[in-house]
Amino acid sequence: MIRGYPESMRKSIDKVNKTRDKRIDQIMKDLTLEEREKVLHEFHPDYNPAYKRDIGWGQNKGDNVPNEVADILESYPIYDPDEIDLSQIDYDVGVLIIGAGGAGTAAALWTVYSGVPKDKILLATKLRLGDCNTVMAQGGIQAADRPEDSPLIHYLDAMGGGHFKNKPELVKALVSDGPKIIKWHKELGLMYDQNEDGSFVENAGGGTSRNRMHCAKDYTGMEIFRNLKDEVINNEIPLLEFSPAVELLKDENGRVAGALLYNLETKEYSVVRAKTTILTTGGFGRLHIAGFATTNHYGATGDGIVMAYRAGAKLRDLDSTQFHPTGAAFPEQIVGLLITEKVRSLGAQVLGKNGEQICYPLEPRDVEAASIIKVTKSTDNYVETPTGMRGVWLDSPLIEEIRGKGTIDKNLAAMKRMFSRFDIDMTEDPILVHPTLHYQNGGVELDEHGYTSVPGLLGAGEISGGVHGKNRLMGNSLLEVNVFGRRAGITAAKEYKRGKKPGKLTLSHVKKAIEQIDTLNLKKKRFSPVILPEYRSEAVRDRLIQLFESSL
Amino acid sequence: MAKAISMREKKEELDTVTIYIMGQGYKVPSSLTIMKAMEYAGFKLKRGVGCRAGFCGACATVYRKLGDYKIYANLACQTKVEDGMYLTQLPFVPANKAEYNLDEIKPSISTMLRFYPEIARCLSCNACSRVCPQDIQVMDYVQYSLQGQIDKAAELAFDCIQCGLCAIRCPAEIPQYHVATLARRLHGRYHMIAPDTLEQRVKEIEEGKYEKGFEELMSLSEEELKKRYVARDFIDQKKA
Repeated sequence: MIRGYPESMRKSIDKVNKTRDKRIDQIMKDLTLEEREKVLHEFHPDYNPAYKRDIGWGQNKGDNVPNEVADILESYPIYDPDEIDLSQIDYDVGVLIIGAGGAGTAAALWTVYSGVPKDKILLATKLRLGDCNTVMAQGGIQAADRPEDSPLIHYLDAMGGGHFKNKPELVKALVSDGPKIIKWHKELGLMYDQNEDGSFVENAGGGTSRNRMHCAKDYTGMEIFRNLKDEVINNEIPLLEFSPAVELLKDENGRVAGALLYNLETKEYSVVRAKTTILTTGGFGRLHIAGFATTNHYGATGDGIVMAYRAGAKLRDLDSTQFHPTGAAFPEQIVGLLITEKVRSLGAQVLGKNGEQICYPLEPRDVEAASIIKVTKSTDNYVETPTGMRGVWLDSPLIEEIRGKGTIDKNLAAMKRMFSRFDIDMTEDPILVHPTLHYQNGGVELDEHGYTSVPGLLGAGEISGGVHGKNRLMGNSLLEVNVFGRRAGITAAKEYKRGKKPGKLTLSHVKKAIEQIDTLNLKKKRFSPVILPEYRSEAVRDRLIQLFESSL
Repeated sequence: MAKAISMREKKEELDTVTIYIMGQGYKVPSSLTIMKAMEYAGFKLKRGVGCRAGFCGACATVYRKLGDYKIYANLACQTKVEDGMYLTQLPFVPANKAEYNLDEIKPSISTMLRFYPEIARCLSCNACSRVCPQDIQVMDYVQYSLQGQIDKAAELAFDCIQCGLCAIRCPAEIPQYHVATLARRLHGRYHMIAPDTLEQRVKEIEEGKYEKGFEELMSLSEEELKKRYVARDFIDQKKA
């Protein structure tokens, strides 16, 4: 190993380092809409029918989705509905929020701000407060607050990025609330990067026509979350950790009226009755769609879409999945982890093995990912690692050539730290990347107030579908969790004041779902929600046994 | 302590190392991170696991190496296994977080001391800085807090992922990472003032300045919208 790389890769790195001066002013042309379509159809996993199938039952029957999503929808509950005693209510609240990530905490705070007494709120989450994708978001949050920008331009960028399939009123809500969210964050004390003249540092992102990416180094999501978390504690919002929801409950009028929680440590269930339930459980990266590695948090197993679907909520746009163009491809220990788009925003080019640019670095994410897959799958212009992983170079040292020494230290501290842990210095050498599973573009359909199609159930964040159409732009997810978390909180408070008491709790909707799943005659009986992914080695799993009931 | 080797393990031909998870020995592939090695060994993790990418602070791991007196600490998801590691993970860090209303406090020494009086107990031993997996100069930001240099404390503590190792190691029993949060929030709120352009844009939106524009954009057919999209101008994006 020479400075973190094996000799076999060093030869290619030398070529990259030698061609840098020549490339510094060389700008690749971006693709036309027609060229984008072509590369997507040929190389993006969304367009490969082998990875997908139609949903077999329910309100979205016939929708073509990734096999892994169809699998969890076509699964039985992980408990026996007949064993659950719904007459014993453990928590009786006005607002139940399921999932304490970015959207859930924003929703909880705005429920409080909107006048719901804190003892009438319950925030329940699978792992710890803040075990979520929000803390991992690095690059930034979009908000059109500069004079040369406007919410209308942001709207156009987002619609184009989403292939014009986004739900327009959701996009309007997203871009209109952007500046308001930044203002709220400043009141909370967020340390957004500022230039010497006091203006915010704002970068470009793939598919944006203005610089509107606000950032806090490359710890933007973490900085947002640290503040939201601190406020949740300061506001004494009741919290249940290590307690994932395993099912939504309804009342006899068909309204969602709470949830069944499961304590991961004591293994007991508890019954929550709630006037309004907000679903903020995040996305599905840990299902490893199409076999890809993922940037996502350990708990991102798509539980929310399963529970919402059994409760009758309409889903949309789940045919499209976001593969982030740049996941780490080397070293082995960090394969699939996120290399923030900010690396390209700051000027890094994407290169083949000989140090030539292979595509415009700031295409919308799906186009950029497909362009890289094209190189690794249909040419020999890629670099192969000792373990057989293919990738292309991201020329990080170019950033310092363009913007001066120290730019990486100041703006990409997390990235630099991650590589230096494995002896790679990204200010001196390029880093190897390959697309990685990143984001659930679709999900539960919402309206601009946060309502789903089922009474009593609201949603916000990555669980939802419609905001991003068929492809999300960088920086619109940190914005989304705040905008729609806030809106769901405000809506839930209105519902709370209306004072409709839930009726008798029931799981009859689940029993009906079971009857439908029975008709599918599954070859292998599956169970969902998944809760946690399985990473134990096969040797161990082959020997697992369940002991009979005992004191163990 | 020698690890007992099962017949099954003897058959394996992988490049392996032996690690000790809570004192119990396991043979695991040498290329894995501590976290993945624990899973390989058969642990289904609930505690001590989170983002798996070095951002959430859930997987703080304390270890010694065979024959080495030193205590090491790092993130399980970002550290490769080594032969002879004796590992334990912190399932949870008990550390009191003060409750405050940011609107009602000011960035000053007295604020820091009011909510975290224990910072005055700092012995300047630097154990916190040495244990930090993010290489933050933790002791220095505690000292800055004590001197009322909130800006410097906030900036120095910026990369904190709140794993809690500092608080566990501190002989003066200071919850450093919570002190850091207070410093950052005070700095972000009272020193880093947002530009006027932000407030102006919020006002414009609230006054409905863009409503007509939205109405028009939302009334366009997909084809018309595509034309607008293709025709949109780009500004020079090299400057931040």
